[in-house]
Amino acid sequence: MRALRKGRSLRAIADRTKQIKPDDILLYCTFRNEDVRLPYFMEYYRKLGIDHFIMVDNDSTDSGPDYVMEQPDVSLFRTDAAYGNARYGMDWLTYLQGKYAHGHWALTVDVDEFFVYPFCDTRPIRALADWLDASQVRSFGAMLLDMYPKGPVGKTTYERGSDPFQTARWFDPGNYVMKKNKLLQNLWIQGGPRARAFFASKPKQAPALNKIPFVKWRKPYVYVSSTHMMLPRGLNLVYDQQGGEKTSGVLLHAKFLNTFNDRAEEEALRGEHYQKGREYKTYADRHGSDPDLWCQWSEQYINWRQLEILGLMSKGNWA
Amino acid sequence: MTLGVVMLVHTGFDRAEQVVRHWAAANCPVVIHVDSKVDKSTYDDFAAALSDLADVRFCARHRCEWGAWGLVAASQSAATLMLEDFPDVQHVFLASGSCLPLRPIVDLQAYLTARPDIDFIESATTADVPWTVGGLDRERFTLHFPFRWKTQRWLFDRFVRLQQVVKYKREIPEGLVPHMGSQWWCLTRQTLDLILNDPRRATYDGYFRHVWIPDESYYQTLVRLHARKVESRSLTLSKFDYQGKPHIFFDDHLELLQRSDCFVARKIWPDAHVLYRTFPVSKRTGGPQQEPKTGTIDRVFSQAVDRRTLGRPGLYMQSRFPTQDRENGIAAVPYAVLQGFEDVIPDFRTWLRHCTGAEVHGHLFGRDRVHFADEGTTYRGGLSDHPRLRDYNAKMFLTNLIWNARDRHHCFQFGPADSQDIRWTLAKDTKASIWVVSGAWSIPLYLSGRSASETRAEAARLQCTESRFLKVLRAPNARARIKIMTLAEFIESPMDVLQMIIDDIAGHKGKALAQVPRMADLTGLPDFLQDLKNQGMHPFVTGDIAEGSAFVTRPAPPKKPYIVAQK
Repeated sequence: MRALRKGRSLRAIADRTKQIKPDDILLYCTFRNEDVRLPYFMEYYRKLGIDHFIMVDNDSTDSGPDYVMEQPDVSLFRTDAAYGNARYGMDWLTYLQGKYAHGHWALTVDVDEFFVYPFCDTRPIRALADWLDASQVRSFGAMLLDMYPKGPVGKTTYERGSDPFQTARWFDPGNYVMKKNKLLQNLWIQGGPRARAFFASKPKQAPALNKIPFVKWRKPYVYVSSTHMMLPRGLNLVYDQQGGEKTSGVLLHAKFLNTFNDRAEEEALRGEHYQKGREYKTYADRHGSDPDLWCQWSEQYINWRQLEILGLMSKGNWA
Repeated sequence: MTLGVVMLVHTGFDRAEQVVRHWAAANCPVVIHVDSKVDKSTYDDFAAALSDLADVRFCARHRCEWGAWGLVAASQSAATLMLEDFPDVQHVFLASGSCLPLRPIVDLQAYLTARPDIDFIESATTADVPWTVGGLDRERFTLHFPFRWKTQRWLFDRFVRLQQVVKYKREIPEGLVPHMGSQWWCLTRQTLDLILNDPRRATYDGYFRHVWIPDESYYQTLVRLHARKVESRSLTLSKFDYQGKPHIFFDDHLELLQRSDCFVARKIWPDAHVLYRTFPVSKRTGGPQQEPKTGTIDRVFSQAVDRRTLGRPGLYMQSRFPTQDRENGIAAVPYAVLQGFEDVIPDFRTWLRHCTGAEVHGHLFGRDRVHFADEGTTYRGGLSDHPRLRDYNAKMFLTNLIWNARDRHHCFQFGPADSQDIRWTLAKDTKASIWVVSGAWSIPLYLSGRSASETRAEAARLQCTESRFLKVLRAPNARARIKIMTLAEFIESPMDVLQMIIDDIAGHKGKALAQVPRMADLTGLPDFLQDLKNQGMHPFVTGDIAEGSAFVTRPAPPKKPYIVAQK
């Protein structure tokens, strides 16, 4: 209902949804002032085998929307409504998911999130979707993995169209903690460099890293809080409780680039993000001391197999 | 012309067509069964696409439901047509649309020509083989299954349960011994003929019509009545996962399949362009009589099953979060928890590291901060030394620490002054060995030089905390290896205990105790403890030290080490 109401604030800028074929794999994304990141983002996901992008532009003031609009495989919608009032963009996406994703595999990510799954270097995302279908699995979990550069974040440079993980190529390999959310059955995962560097004395406030981005969508499905958890609750059971491992992936998070400090300040002022942008305020407070997240135990990213061996994701039963 | 192929197709028609052409090119007649669920236009297109091939037939169509009779009916119709229309066929090979020949088809033909009497069909008695989905092995032959497993699961399960409760049993036709195996077979003309024209076929068909998953048991059972020589294996490479569904082969399996020397593999992903381009190979080394060897493939896929069902013990992550008691050991590898030793032996950590080579941490659960082995601010995996971050999820702090450095044996100091949230985790973990010298906390108090009256409150608090820990360790559900001794007992014969610890940690690699660690000077301890008593605070966990006060005045251990290091 709520999504329907919020959906009304959306205007179609480039509606190519008629091109969507019955078993196309869709990508959903909301963005705001991401012109610099969009080209690589689109390139990355096209290579994985996404068939159609459904994008929501939240009142960008840069030329990002123009770039996106021209892409042949994108349907672009625009809203100038407030991000925070629309459950951080989720209401808009829920509306569009209900409308176009029914019966499709849908990947919901941010512009700085890059999906990695087992065998993603040799098997397209359609192989994963087919295999999940054959295994009668409806949802696929991928933890958010914060990537960061060596040295102060503000000193890095990111060029439009380049691979952000050339610079932000480090991550924390083994300091994630989790517990079960009794109500919605999802795991609540926290940790990583942000918990270590920014939230050590108030760990409860550390950002959630659990995500369920890839779902075989049905009309009534809905994301509850960002892509952290879903309804119906069964979709949140992306983990095994008998000691085995289910197949899972990782969302590489290219947040910590030179664009980060400006953004932290801007978002803290807007207060539109989760809990009035508390996370961004914490970052902005540290702005003076331009954070360096690197430590001697940071691991340099190689490929998905490395993440699998470290235990951050799992092949599960897929071989 | 000796080999005919019966192919069951229900989807992926362009790939099926491609494979039919491979068979046809090698002069194998093909009889195709198309699932009757497939709509007419798709069927017609498929039939039209293959109309240029002379030796391809389409047989009567049946409705194929997984686990139901239709699949057997389909292969019966197709096989009957094959035997009628192609009198030269000596072996009939059952394949599906997603099967792909790997080796040259002439290899398979030559292989079968050299074995004219042999029926290749996996066939095992149900009594001996515990495969299967849902635990129905013997019972699939003795119950009724009117409901569909995939769509009417609830009714299926209830009805099975009901029949179990009332002890219902169908009668198995006389002479049949239930056998099961892979549904993909290759039978000789003679055997197939005898099965299809058996005078009692109506009885058998009527019986198997209500057996659960008859395509895995119909031919497998009947072949035992008729075959001259059964070779109980399938010529089709097909791996199954823990749910009983076939593993799918992708382009990156190319090398694995090339090396397997199997004749035919299933199931191939329809978009695996490289595989469909490569196979069947036209030339290969090794003659046509070479046997398939599936060792590597078996290993890869059974590893996948293990990972899915057992997981990596000690790893807690987004897709492995076992409920309590399903953990299969809480931490990844064995570790030791040492309480009180550092108080008695000031250099204990250095000494222990020297003797065992283990990773010896300080007080990991210290209230001031985490004391990692190197006293750094971070540790392997990016663990922080911040006490609040640690206490936020103490259990996962510990499991992370051990998982990250599971190539080492970890030891850490623990004590009543530390954060105590972890104690139940330690006590329940089968991977933990916990060594406690109770009452050792009195030594730093005594050495601090403060009087008994000044330290009385603190001593009471420490003793209270420690006795609560001891209670946990003595609980019936404590599963760690636990050794508790009082301070008095320990200083009576410290070397015995230390040797046990070293053996426990380092095993045979440990050094025998040549070097005796230096003990703290405990000369005045008995008097100090007596003072505490006089203040009304009885330090009961220390044991009775006052008696041997003469003995404790000598800091060096009274006995020589009972093992001699060098000969």
